[in-house]
Amino acid sequence: MVTLTIDGKEVTVPQGTTILEAARSVDIRIPTLCYHDRLNPIGSCRMCVVEIEGYTHPMAACTTPVDDGIEVVTSSERLTRIRQDSLKLILVNHPLDCPVCDKGGECLLQDLTFEFGIDQLEYQAAKVERDSQYASPLIRYWPDRCIMCLRCVTACQEIKGIGAISIAGDGYGAQVVTVDADKCQSCGECLQVCPTGALTEDLSRYKGRTWLIERVPTTCTYCGCGCQLELNVQNDRIIAVTTKDGVGINKGSLCVKGRFGYEFVNSDERLTKPLIKRDGKFEEASWDEALDLVAEKFSAIKGEYGPGAIGGLTSARCTNEENYLFQKFMRAAIGTNNVDHCARL
Amino acid sequence: MTNPIADVLKSETVLVTGTNTTENHPIFANYLKEAVLKHGTKILVIDPRRIDLVDYAELYLQPKPGTDIAWINGLMHIILKEGWADQQYIDERCEGFAEFAANLEKFTPEYVSGITGLTEAELRAAAKLYGQAAPASILYAMGITQHTSGTDNVKSLGNLAMLCGNMGVAGGGVNPLRGQNNVQGACDMGGLPNVYTGYQKVDVDEVREKFAKAWGLKADDLDAAPGLKLTEMFPAAADGKIKAMYIMGENPLVSDPDLTHIEHCVEALDFFVVQDIFLTETAQMADVVLPGVSFAEKDGTFVNSERLVQRVRKALTIPGEARADSEIIAEIATRMGYEMKYKDAAAIMKEINDVTPSYGGITYERLENGGLAWPCPDVEHPGTPILHVDKFARGKGLFFAIDHQPPAELCDKEYPFVLSTGRVLSHFHTGTMTRKGEGLNKVHPEVKAEINPEDAARLGVVEGDLLKITSRRGAIEVKAMLSDRPASGVVFVPFHFHEVAVNRLTNAALDPVAKIPEYKVCAIKVEKA
Repeated sequence: MVTLTIDGKEVTVPQGTTILEAARSVDIRIPTLCYHDRLNPIGSCRMCVVEIEGYTHPMAACTTPVDDGIEVVTSSERLTRIRQDSLKLILVNHPLDCPVCDKGGECLLQDLTFEFGIDQLEYQAAKVERDSQYASPLIRYWPDRCIMCLRCVTACQEIKGIGAISIAGDGYGAQVVTVDADKCQSCGECLQVCPTGALTEDLSRYKGRTWLIERVPTTCTYCGCGCQLELNVQNDRIIAVTTKDGVGINKGSLCVKGRFGYEFVNSDERLTKPLIKRDGKFEEASWDEALDLVAEKFSAIKGEYGPGAIGGLTSARCTNEENYLFQKFMRAAIGTNNVDHCARL
Repeated sequence: MTNPIADVLKSETVLVTGTNTTENHPIFANYLKEAVLKHGTKILVIDPRRIDLVDYAELYLQPKPGTDIAWINGLMHIILKEGWADQQYIDERCEGFAEFAANLEKFTPEYVSGITGLTEAELRAAAKLYGQAAPASILYAMGITQHTSGTDNVKSLGNLAMLCGNMGVAGGGVNPLRGQNNVQGACDMGGLPNVYTGYQKVDVDEVREKFAKAWGLKADDLDAAPGLKLTEMFPAAADGKIKAMYIMGENPLVSDPDLTHIEHCVEALDFFVVQDIFLTETAQMADVVLPGVSFAEKDGTFVNSERLVQRVRKALTIPGEARADSEIIAEIATRMGYEMKYKDAAAIMKEINDVTPSYGGITYERLENGGLAWPCPDVEHPGTPILHVDKFARGKGLFFAIDHQPPAELCDKEYPFVLSTGRVLSHFHTGTMTRKGEGLNKVHPEVKAEINPEDAARLGVVEGDLLKITSRRGAIEVKAMLSDRPASGVVFVPFHFHEVAVNRLTNAALDPVAKIPEYKVCAIKVEKA
């Protein structure tokens, strides 16, 4: 174990812990931008700089390991100036199109700009025209908004083990490019970790302001992983699916189906009225008509041939509660154990 | 699953077989990658398809399809001979070992090599990788179960885990990955012909009496004999024994084996009711279609592969005149003279708690703080992430002596290829949901048959050519995708696409116990169309 002081507070942590982790363990906040809990430290943004007694230059807290006896200071006039300068250099290249950006309202860059009171820039840079092809047709890349934090590239490599994207070019011309579009699975791991609006969901035409969206936590409707997700709802439509870092088995990850497979819910092909087939053609019917017909037919067949002449298939896609009622219906109302579902298929 | 997925981070070795995890359980696959990259776990993949996870594997073996019992017995033969078995665990916690061990005698590496096509060296290396690891986990899915020997395949994996003392320990276990959001829950809730909720058997008098009382009936009102399984119901319709069917949220007219026969069975019904959110291929054949709701329009619970019960929450109003599925069921029951009335989903869960010991403590109130793994008998109980700790649910772990059985349909001169079916990453089951929007169709627009480049060259087929694939039951035309995933002699076709329904070809031969169809092996002929 190693003991150090951070802002005068004594902290004991295992060897190899970074200064950032040590500070967080005692609820001392150091501002970060490129750092992400699920990724190895990237060390690209300089927001987390701290001063260490005896060292001339400030160090990045996310990549510097603790040492016995060191005294760390996390906020000072000098550090604030360094952080402000880092932000200004990022903002030189970042358009202030927040009013039309999907991330407006929940953008880390926006929050830090506000926190550090950046209201004007002393520098300007030549505008570079950039082409914005991206690996997936479901995700849009906005190169001007990209702050080169490398979270997306790192997540694709570290969490998914894919490496479909990388950085090309340098200086103001640098941008995220597709290394191998065939490898990209459109899982949106990059989208999930992007701190700004540089990567946005490009599927739904219905966009909403983040503060007007209702986010309903629920469980994914596809495979048996049981990922926890949030349906982003505006005007009674799903406009996106997101998930929270650290929540559920998926801890912030989703797959292409979980993240982008929501369109069926709002589909025009949804059934909205009971149908009864007459002379080989479906006709819309009232609920009373349809339910009475079903109840009469089932009762008649049960009466004539016995309950065992009726079979029911409940559903691996439906809820426990619906499955419970369905088997209860078959057993108690019809009187047969002829009930099954597609577990085998 | 006997263990939670995060347990693989504690495993020394994970045997992955019959699961294409990166495509079918992408988030579980994240854990496997993390285990390898950050925790030093070794992955052993044994699968007829060279799946993407092989890139992370310490060792990959490609046996012939339908030879699982042979290679599992082969590994156990070597483990036993080498002294890698956990004899203390076997003596203290298991039974049936002597007969089981005697049966393994003939499964020498040489004998197994002849059946599976694996080399003796491969078998020895795999046996060592699993046998010497502590703990070791087994992950499997439909590649193990969808065979006429499916039940015995699973029992064989159970034998292997017990032999090495891997059941009931963190980082161990036998872990089937469930393919659908709530297939675990549908089973838990008694959506099976032989059990009520929580696997309480219908042919036990006390159980029937309990349910009769809870449901306001006399014990005689409840059927004492197990009913028909799905794969038996359709043939029974053709025989005139089943006259009416009620299907909720399933699409057997795409998902079932030998579709042409299934269509004929459904046509024989006097009355057919389908409750769904779309006019599926199955609904199109119905006499009455009842519009239900999607997962976004209702409250309830789903159970994941880890037996974790989690909340589903209503986010949208119900479209048009569609109705909640639970209301529809209750309405039909009530109109048939059996009254069902529930205030909401929580009230149904309350009844489930009362009649199901393993769900006794799973309440909506508690689920607000996250999922609970059953068994969870009371509201103080924290849930049970790992099964069979200290002792097996049945008392002693039972070894089974199992012999290799070939698949029901073998290749011959006329049908020289093996067909396997399954899924792709971007689509789900019969495509009723994933194929409705633009997004997933952009990523994966059409069905393709995976064929080994050697076979393709022999047939004069290049990427994108149309193949005609014929089995004894039907034929389809499908574009070729050259891939080294299947071995030479094997073709893989996903079943999501109704317009190229691969289940026109599949064999309806069933496992005698589970009645699961043999989707992973049928004999086919492949030609350039």
